[in-house]
Amino acid sequence: MATVKDFRNNVRPNWCPGCGDFSVQAAIQRALANLGLEPEQVAVVSGIGCSGRISGYINTYGFHGVHGRALPAAQGLKLANRDLTVIAAGGDGDGFGIGLGHFIHAVRRNLDITYIVMDNQIYGLTKGQTSPTSAHGFKAKTTPNGNIEHAVGPVQVALAAGIGFVAQGFSSEINQLTRLVEEAIRYKGFALVNVFSPCVTFNKVNTYDWFKQHIVNLEEDPAYDPTDRVRAMQKVLETGGLCIGLIYKEERPSYEELIPGFKPEPIAWQNLELDPAVFEECVREFA
Amino acid sequence: MIRGVTHRMLEELSWKVGGQQGEGIDSTGETFATALNRRGYYVYGYRHFSSRIKGGHTNYKVRVSTKRRLASADYLDILIAFDQESIDFNIKELRPGGVVIADEKFHPALPEGAGAVLYTVPFTQLAETAGSSIMKNMVALGASVYVLDLPVDIFAGVIHDTFARKGQKVVDQNMEAIRQGYNYMKEHGDNRAKLQLKPAAGSGQHLFMMGNDAIGLGALTAGCRVMAAYPITPASDIMEYLIKKMPKVGGVVVQTEDEIAAINMIIGAAYGGARAMTATSGPGLSLMMEAIGLAGMTETPVVIVDTQRGGPSTGLPTKHEQSDLYAVLFGNHGEIPKIVLAPSTAEECFYETVRAFNLAEQYQCPVIVITDLALSLAKQTVEPLRLEAVQIDRGKLVREVDPSHLNGQLFKRYAFTEDGISPRVIPGVKGGIHHVTGVEHNEVGRPDESAANRARMMHKRLKKLEGVELEGSLSFNGPEDYETLIVGFGSSRGPIEEAVERLNSEGRRVAHAHIKVLAPFPTKTLSTYTEKAHNVVVVENNATGQLSKIMKFFGISVPTRSVTKFDGNPFLPGELYQELKGLV
Repeated sequence: MATVKDFRNNVRPNWCPGCGDFSVQAAIQRALANLGLEPEQVAVVSGIGCSGRISGYINTYGFHGVHGRALPAAQGLKLANRDLTVIAAGGDGDGFGIGLGHFIHAVRRNLDITYIVMDNQIYGLTKGQTSPTSAHGFKAKTTPNGNIEHAVGPVQVALAAGIGFVAQGFSSEINQLTRLVEEAIRYKGFALVNVFSPCVTFNKVNTYDWFKQHIVNLEEDPAYDPTDRVRAMQKVLETGGLCIGLIYKEERPSYEELIPGFKPEPIAWQNLELDPAVFEECVREFA
Repeated sequence: MIRGVTHRMLEELSWKVGGQQGEGIDSTGETFATALNRRGYYVYGYRHFSSRIKGGHTNYKVRVSTKRRLASADYLDILIAFDQESIDFNIKELRPGGVVIADEKFHPALPEGAGAVLYTVPFTQLAETAGSSIMKNMVALGASVYVLDLPVDIFAGVIHDTFARKGQKVVDQNMEAIRQGYNYMKEHGDNRAKLQLKPAAGSGQHLFMMGNDAIGLGALTAGCRVMAAYPITPASDIMEYLIKKMPKVGGVVVQTEDEIAAINMIIGAAYGGARAMTATSGPGLSLMMEAIGLAGMTETPVVIVDTQRGGPSTGLPTKHEQSDLYAVLFGNHGEIPKIVLAPSTAEECFYETVRAFNLAEQYQCPVIVITDLALSLAKQTVEPLRLEAVQIDRGKLVREVDPSHLNGQLFKRYAFTEDGISPRVIPGVKGGIHHVTGVEHNEVGRPDESAANRARMMHKRLKKLEGVELEGSLSFNGPEDYETLIVGFGSSRGPIEEAVERLNSEGRRVAHAHIKVLAPFPTKTLSTYTEKAHNVVVVENNATGQLSKIMKFFGISVPTRSVTKFDGNPFLPGELYQELKGLV
C-alpha cells in the first residue's frame, strides 16, 4: 500500500518559502495515502497561477491546463475514466476570476471530483494584482487607491449554486485540512475545499496572523449542523466567509450515476467498435 | 401565360414549400424529399430559415433528379404556398410553366405578368375533413404528387415511420389528408400543367442525410464516447444526434456552459483515454482557440467540428459562408501541428469524421473537421454507408507499462522519436505516471524552458506533420486536356460539378479539383494539377478569397482568379456557370 512518501516526487516547488500552498500539497499527499490510494489511481488537474503548479508536485498523474479551465478538463477526465480519483486544484484568480463560470456549472453538474482552491486573495504569479477574493478597499498594484469592487464569496456562491459538499481549511491547520480533503475525496459528487493559503510575498494584509485572528473554526462549535443549508449560508454570512471546517454536506447521486446508459466500466477501457446491429439501426433511420 | 395542356418529361424537378416559420414547413419538405429518395431519385433538400422560432418566412426547397445533384436548382417547377408572402418571395424562381399550389384560405394571387399556373386548393378545409387543420401540409403533398403524376402511396412508408408511434389513427388521418389533396386536384384541377418525372434510376437503397447527421453517425462509429458542446447554429444537430445515441454505447454528451468549457472538457476526456469531440461554429471556434493550442502543445488528440456560417461576430447566424479558413489554419497563438479536413458531401462527412478520430490519435494533435452551413444542414441522397470500411486506429496508445524499464523515472510521454510521435499512456496505468502541461516541457512532461529543450520539443511536435500529405487530400474530375482548373472546397462541390459539366458540354475544357485536406496543405498534389492549367479559378463563399490566398501561402505558384459569393447563400449551379463562362 502506498504511503505519503509515494505521493512525493523530487520536484522543488517554485513557491516562496512560507507559502501556504506547501501545506495544501502536504495535506493532499497525506489524504491520498490515508485513503489507501495508489499514485496511478489519482490525477491532479490544475490551472494557471502559483498554485496551479501543484499538479507537478504530487506523484500522481498530473495535468496542467490553461488558465481558469481546470474544472472542465477535470470533468472530462472523470467522464473518460470514472475509476480515477480526480482532484482539480488552483488559485482564487483561476477558479473565481477567469474560471468562475465553470465553477458554478461544475457545482450544478455534480461530477464526483474534488476541487481544492488555494485562496490567497491576490495574484501572486503575476506579482501582486488584486484578485476576485480581495476585499473591498484592498490595495495592490492594480488597485493603488484601494479596491472599489467587492470580493466574491466562494462558499456563498457554491451554496447558492446548490453544492453538495463544501468545506474551508487554513494552511496553518494542516491536520484539519487533511481530514477535510479526505472527506471531500470520499464524497460522491462535486466537493469544494477552499483553503486560506496566505501569500507571504505580495499580500501583506491577509497574513497567517490575520487569518488566525479572524477565522472561526466550526469544529469548535458542537451545535453547528453541516446538513442544514440555510444555517450554513447564515454562518458563512455571519463570519464574512472566514469560517473553517465542514460547512455543508448532502448525499445525493453524482452526475455519472445519472447519465443514461453509462457503464460501470470506464470509457477509457471500453471496446470502441460499434456493434453492427446498432450501426444498422442508426442507418435505417436515414433510409 | 401558359395555355392549354402542358406535358413535360423532366430529368429533374425543383419543388418548394413556403410559409411562416413554425408552420411545419420543414417536415413537409422532408416528407416529400424522403418519399422521393425512397423511390430511387437523387434528392437535395435545402431549408431557408432565420434564427426566430415562430414567424417570418421560411421555405424548404427540394431538388429531385435522376442523377446525383448536390445543390439546389436555380429555378422552381412547383411552389406550395401557405401564405401570400411565400408567393411574392419565391415567384421569381418559377420557370415558365411552373405551378403554384396555394391555400385558398388566404386568397392567393399571382403578381402581374407571372408566367405560372396557380391552383387554389382549400388546404386547411380539406385537412379538417381528414381530422385536423394541422394536416394542411399533407393536403399540399397530395396536390403536389397529382401534378407530378405520381401515386399517393409513395408517402405511405414515410407517413407510417413518422406517425406510427402516435397510433394507427394518426397514420390513417395523415394518409387521408394526402388523398384529399390529390383527389381535389383530380376533380377540380385541369391539366394545364401536368409534369412528368422520368423514372428513377436509383435502387431505393440510398440514405437521405444532412452533413450533420453523417458527422454524428461517423463519430459514433469511430468510437467517440465523450462529446461536449454548446448549442450553436448550424452545429447543434450533431450534439442532439449524439445525445440520442450515446446511451446505446455507454457514452456521454455534456451540454457545457460555453465553448471554452467544451473544448477543455474534451481535452480532459481525450487525455483520459476517450475518443472525444466538440462541434461548433465560428463564434464558438473563436472561444476555443487557446485550448486548441493546449491540445497541440500537450499532444492530446481531439476532434473539433466547425460548421461555418456567416461571420464575423454573430454575422449571419443561419446563413451559409466559408470564411473560417484563416481561423482554422492560423487562429491559435503559437505554433502547433494541426490537421484540417474538409468534407464536401454528407457521405464524406461520415468517412472524414471517422478518419479525423484516427488521425487525431495517430498524430496526437487536434483535428478540425470544417463544414459549411449548406453541407451541414442540406439533406442529400447518400450511398449506403459501410461499417466494414471503418477501422479504428489508436496510434501509439499504451495501456500497459513494464515499470522495470523506468528505473524510477517518470514515463516518457514526450519521448523524442524518429517521427516525433511518442507513446501515449493514459491515467490509471501503473508505471505510466508523467506530467502534462501547456508550459514547454521535457520528455516526461515537466516544465523545461531551457533554450535547447525548447528548440528540440518544438521541432519534435512540428515534425509530426512536416512534409506530410495525407491520402485523398483532394479529388480531381475532368478531361485530360483541360485548360481551366476550378478549385473549391466544402459544399460548393455541387454547384461546381454542375457548372463544369455544362461548360464541358459546350466544348470548353474545364476540370475540377476539390480540396479535402486543408492542413497539412496538399501543395504537391494540387500543384500537379494547377501547373497543367492555363487558367486556375478558385470558387469560394467568402469575400476575400481565403482559399486562393492560402494556396499561394502554401506554395501554389500559378496565378489564380477568384469567384466569390458572400451574401449568405450558396452558389446556384446556373449562377456559377454564368460567372465561370466569362472566365474560362
